[in-house]
Amino acid sequence: MNILIALATGALFTGGLYMMMRRSLVRVLVGILLLGNAINLTIFAAGRLVAFTPPIIAPGQSRPPDGVADPLTQALILTAIVISFGITAFAVALVRQTYSQTGTDDLDLLRCTDVPCPPEPDWEEPQEGNS
Amino acid sequence: MNGRSLLLNVAVRYLMPLLLIFSVFLLLRGHNEVGGGFVGGLVAAAAFMLYAIAHSPAEVHDLLPVSPRTLFTLGLFMALLSGLLPVFGNQPFQTGLWLPEPLPVLGKVGTPFLFDTGVYLLVIGVILHILLTLAED
Amino acid sequence: MVGLLFSGLAATLIAPFIVRLPVRRAAWLPGIFPAAIFAYLLFSLPAMHTSRERIASLAWVPSLEVDLTFRLDGLGFLFSLLIALIGLLVVLYASDYLQGHPQLGRFYAALMLFMTAMLGVVWSDHLLGLFVFWELTSISSYLLIGFNHEEESSRKAALQALLVTGGGGLALLAGLVLLGLSGGTFALSTLNLRGEVLRASPAYPLAVGLILLGALTKSAQFPFHFWLPGAMAAPTPVSAYLHSATMVKAGVYLLARLNPALGGTPLWNTLLVCFGLITLAGGAFLALSQHDLKRLLAYTTVGALGGMVFLLGIGTPLAVKAALTFLLAHALYKGALFLVAGGIDHATHTRDIRSLSGLARAMPWTASGALLAGASMFGLPPTFGFVAKELLYESTLAHPAAGWLILFVFLAMIGMGLVSAWVAIRPFLGPLSFHHAHENSWLLWGPPLLLGSLGILAGWQATAVGELLIQPAATAILGEAQKVKLSLWHGITPYFLLSLATMALAAMAYLWSKPVQKSIERFFAHLAPLGPERGYRRAMNGLIHLANFQTNLWQNGYLRVYILFIILTTLALATGALLFNAQGLHLPAFTPPRFYEVLLIGIILAGVGAVVRTTSRLATIALLGTVGLSISLIYLLYSAPDLAIVQFAVETLTVILFVLVIYRLPKFTRIQGQPARWFDLFVALAGGTLMTLLVLLVTSETFVSLVSPYFNASSLPLAKGRNVVNVILVDFRGFDTLGEITVLSLAAIGVFALLRLVSQDRKKP
Repeated sequence: MNILIALATGALFTGGLYMMMRRSLVRVLVGILLLGNAINLTIFAAGRLVAFTPPIIAPGQSRPPDGVADPLTQALILTAIVISFGITAFAVALVRQTYSQTGTDDLDLLRCTDVPCPPEPDWEEPQEGNS
Repeated sequence: MNGRSLLLNVAVRYLMPLLLIFSVFLLLRGHNEVGGGFVGGLVAAAAFMLYAIAHSPAEVHDLLPVSPRTLFTLGLFMALLSGLLPVFGNQPFQTGLWLPEPLPVLGKVGTPFLFDTGVYLLVIGVILHILLTLAED
Repeated sequence: MVGLLFSGLAATLIAPFIVRLPVRRAAWLPGIFPAAIFAYLLFSLPAMHTSRERIASLAWVPSLEVDLTFRLDGLGFLFSLLIALIGLLVVLYASDYLQGHPQLGRFYAALMLFMTAMLGVVWSDHLLGLFVFWELTSISSYLLIGFNHEEESSRKAALQALLVTGGGGLALLAGLVLLGLSGGTFALSTLNLRGEVLRASPAYPLAVGLILLGALTKSAQFPFHFWLPGAMAAPTPVSAYLHSATMVKAGVYLLARLNPALGGTPLWNTLLVCFGLITLAGGAFLALSQHDLKRLLAYTTVGALGGMVFLLGIGTPLAVKAALTFLLAHALYKGALFLVAGGIDHATHTRDIRSLSGLARAMPWTASGALLAGASMFGLPPTFGFVAKELLYESTLAHPAAGWLILFVFLAMIGMGLVSAWVAIRPFLGPLSFHHAHENSWLLWGPPLLLGSLGILAGWQATAVGELLIQPAATAILGEAQKVKLSLWHGITPYFLLSLATMALAAMAYLWSKPVQKSIERFFAHLAPLGPERGYRRAMNGLIHLANFQTNLWQNGYLRVYILFIILTTLALATGALLFNAQGLHLPAFTPPRFYEVLLIGIILAGVGAVVRTTSRLATIALLGTVGLSISLIYLLYSAPDLAIVQFAVETLTVILFVLVIYRLPKFTRIQGQPARWFDLFVALAGGTLMTLLVLLVTSETFVSLVSPYFNASSLPLAKGRNVVNVILVDFRGFDTLGEITVLSLAAIGVFALLRLVSQDRKKP
């Protein structure tokens, strides 16, 4: 099964990275989502795959059975999933607002929206006889 | 969200209370079984969003006793307070304190439970705040 | 002492509020702080006289054994006296000078901060404490120079001062650390007892170089002098206080303070004499090419500071006494003259000496203050300036290379005498040029008159001043008990004759002011392109261009290029690491997968493939949902029910999220052409393959967790929970969770701000 999970991770990474390299902003958004899932899955696999032994202490026991799945990675991923929802929402709002303000989602056209396009601000013109 | 479906309307009327009760159930048993503040909050938020889709975002606002913004602020302060309580007792921040006897329904009550409830409220507040803002825009 | 410093910080915080109190003269209230210091100092005066010290200590970083130790000795006393006295006068002066200014509170806050910092500098007995306060003075000076922050020139001057002194501060930090390490302690008083060890250590030349860099930039010594005239952009009370009487003398203070530890070597003496002399002569002559009252005074301040450094460089007991006397005299007369310049500016709105004349009739009190201070600067007996000048000549004449040195000093003193006449006499004589000019309120002429009179009083009572103030300070600098006997009249001595000649020549030059000024101006006009300020501007421009160049290179605005770089770098590093550490790594044994596993993974692969290809918005959302749900099933299969249920809920909400905005999002069109897509796909595939490989390699190793066994074992007994994941979230790692939910709140606020606040902005116009 390790091989299959590794394949799925690789596929998610490939898809995520590819989409992040698009010029269209919404596609970048999709890339972020895929990449988030890919990373969660990677961490999950790094905590080792254990079937059917969740880290829950059965009634009457004082600790989980041996060979239990790693609880720490699960706790990490759990918050990561919730936070990635927050990030996604923020990114969606950002994309939506960018699109409605600029009328484009082509990243190449968005390059020059906040700084003049070849940005060459000069520090100060040398002034003679100032000292 | 103007095109209303009668089917969805009726379904939501029964589904939403069920989902909300389920979310509280998830929160309460979270310490011992599958569940917890995060997932409880997510389910509750989903329930409210279902209502928003069936009716309208404004009606969700009417339904909630406080605004989502107040809700997540409240949750954050609750979580913070649960960490600060031990400090007043001269113990390190976020030391778990427990009531000596379990309460009925709630089970054992301590600062971690208070923390989890804070998380629950915060997650509902955050998600509703985000989604309702987007829906109303 | 610690209490005083803390009340200074408190004064900084409350100053903006108390000056707004509806009390008459509320702006005087900040003056309580310098007045309190003054009282404290008077109270300590007897202790100083018997060479006892006051010590106070406060644990600062106990784990590193860094304590804030403060020590008040003779040297610190002299400086704190100036800080308190002139500080008090400046507070009173500014209450009228800046009356009704909208930013008055900010001004007083920065001024109080500066006062506290300056006291910290002269009281600190710990090198790092000294450094922290030293930097604080630079920062408060920055705030005060840039006080008129709406003017670009003010901002530039403030930044220039900060960069020069801050750059010197960095060198100073390195030097102090070096000093502390080679001396084995960071306590100044102990270091000063270990002078021989320090001077013999191999780090000595480097430490001296770095510390000098810090001290010379702060005290505006050549070639760093240019920031000080620029600093005249500050309001005049600030110039009088920081940039003439106190802060710029911090460098002199540091040199004096470290004299027992570092001084006495040929390296130290030569460097100080050279820099000091060049600055003394250069400052005096640069001053002669100026017309602006404040700039005239600024350049002579540069020169005077050079004189003090020069005297410390000579290093004999006599020269040290001369330096201290000069310092005191200079603070009194220069502070007064700056305040006079401010008064003239206030009344006439100009500071150009060419257009000012005849003000004595309109502003008699200001004129008398100017006259008294000017006499001291000119060096007329019986002023304190006269005493200082004689001592300066006397110590120079005692130097082995007196012949050359005395020539420079002599010329510089003539220059300063001339400037003092220009500033203190010329605006007041002749026909009245400003008919609307009138005397200012007593707050503007009182302080300079008081300072000027103090200069006369100190000259008249030179013996007492020498015993009370100079003697303890000289003892502190030289590290052994000193007797100081100052007096006005020494009889006919070579230095008395020199002093007379200086006055005569300066007076003659005053009569030919115009030709003198013209020729010096012409001289500097040729020299200006070579000045260090040009070097500063070149360096700044170069820095900006370099920053632009590398920003354009790396931050080119193409997200995909960034990602390309990240992937390629990671690939290169990971491949390298794998190649060099290949032994011991092995791929896991193949176990035949179960049917539903193959199905799940198949769905994920197909889903990703389709998401990448589709251009339909609805299809994208549906496919993303499918992929997410499949992942949630993976979590469920592999013992993570909590993750599965959270992932499920989040996927549902994500779909709702997209559905809400879908018709406001742009279409999922393809922009790039075929070749670009293939290239990107190739790169992404390389990244994906690497990750696949890494996951395989990692999972084939045995899992060793250091913390999870603890969590598993303690979950029930310590945290009373059976769901270990939840216990970690709310108890063991609760602090992390607190951080994470804070991030979530920020995301919610961010979304709201993006959508609501922007659309409100758009509705307004």
